[in-house]
Amino acid sequence: MHLTLEFGGGLELLLENSTKVHKVEVPPQDGENMVTMKGLLSWVKANLIKERPEMFVKGDSVRPGVLALINDCDWELCGGLDAELEEKDVVVFISTLHGG
Amino acid sequence: MDSSSADGARLPPSRAGSRLCVRCGERKAALKRPKTLEQVSPICRECFYVVFEDEIHQTIVDNTLFKAGERVAIGASGGKDSTVLAYVLSELNRRHNYGLDLFLLSVDEGITGYRDDSLETVKRNEIQYGLPLKIVSYKDLYGWTMDDIVKAIGLKNNCTFCGVFRRQALDRGAALLKADKIVTGHNADDIAETVLLNILRGDIARLSRCTFITTGEDGPIPRCKPFKYTYEKEIVIYPLYEISHISVCIYSPNAYRGFAREFIKDLERMRPRAILDIIKSGENFRISTTTRMPEQGTCERCGYISSQKLCKACVLLDGLNRGLPKLGIGRTKAGPGADGDGKQRAKGSERNTSSLQGKHGNFDF
Repeated sequence: MHLTLEFGGGLELLLENSTKVHKVEVPPQDGENMVTMKGLLSWVKANLIKERPEMFVKGDSVRPGVLALINDCDWELCGGLDAELEEKDVVVFISTLHGG
Repeated sequence: MDSSSADGARLPPSRAGSRLCVRCGERKAALKRPKTLEQVSPICRECFYVVFEDEIHQTIVDNTLFKAGERVAIGASGGKDSTVLAYVLSELNRRHNYGLDLFLLSVDEGITGYRDDSLETVKRNEIQYGLPLKIVSYKDLYGWTMDDIVKAIGLKNNCTFCGVFRRQALDRGAALLKADKIVTGHNADDIAETVLLNILRGDIARLSRCTFITTGEDGPIPRCKPFKYTYEKEIVIYPLYEISHISVCIYSPNAYRGFAREFIKDLERMRPRAILDIIKSGENFRISTTTRMPEQGTCERCGYISSQKLCKACVLLDGLNRGLPKLGIGRTKAGPGADGDGKQRAKGSERNTSSLQGKHGNFDF
């Protein structure tokens, strides 16, 4: 599934070359036929995060203080971890845990 | 943590956009707001802007933060909070005819790759919002940049220096601008965190002050926090379209604040109201009238407000200039002789007459 992922608020520093926008192809997790946020998070952790994964995830969810938006919509309104993603969705992750 | 049952009612999670905004009832909801008494949620983006700005206006009015004709310096770091504050204040000033003369006031700490970028943000704000900008630098004020300081002391306590120096720098800059008031972008999360830190440190004097929306009213330039009740989550979402311009301090991952902050965020996830509840608890602390509080005087060297003979900035500067940069930092790990607990205490008691004073933390609000 084609997804566009954006990382901000310092999360980009955990990725290769601190790239903010990633156009990626994410396969469904084993035994499922769609990509959920839960699946996406573990995919991101395994494939994109280069250092300090604890700054991004905690347990199987994002670290508290990291906001997630699916097509500009608060992921808490979309079903949170169970939200099912669709082709060409844009998912934004922003950390609020920084100076300012 | 299991988040699937947080909402209870709707178990099969619905895709984005299936719920309507509770305010306009027309557009798709885009944001779940922290649950507080009057807040409408979920809400669409358009209604969110209106409600977000209205709530801040209400805070300003309810607390009479400003008087018409005042010159107000906006402490502008280029970070998300102060950038949103500058924008919202200039909007509200125009919309509701506050009659304020607004300025941006920035401090250049001298952190390569951080301030360079964020000062660019502030300069852009100067143009976008039509607000005059004044920049004061640590180098000018103290003779040291933060890069120099980190070279001298490492990454452990650098935020102490930065915080203490910044506080004075804002005051000096504001005095230079002949400002009547300083506003800062401290948000509800910041204040809840400070309440917890002051409890953990046993710093009663600051605990009683840290929840005030306006402080320093007896001093030359009072400070206020229009975002006192505004959640960080919403401040981050508000300017989303330009989030990429917002800078992150490269030294901050080592800040002591991180631990309490993470705790606050954990609480927020379980119970969003927790942040406001902590602020409320902080406000309701009553300190026995017989408790002896540190007296506020002025620093013998620079004249800045201080409860000690020398203000914190002068003590820290002394240490830096004498090659003993750990002087004035915390109570423990004062240097190689960390075993010298007795020595520490003796030193502490000659400096402090009140038992409270020795317990001051490093951060100031």
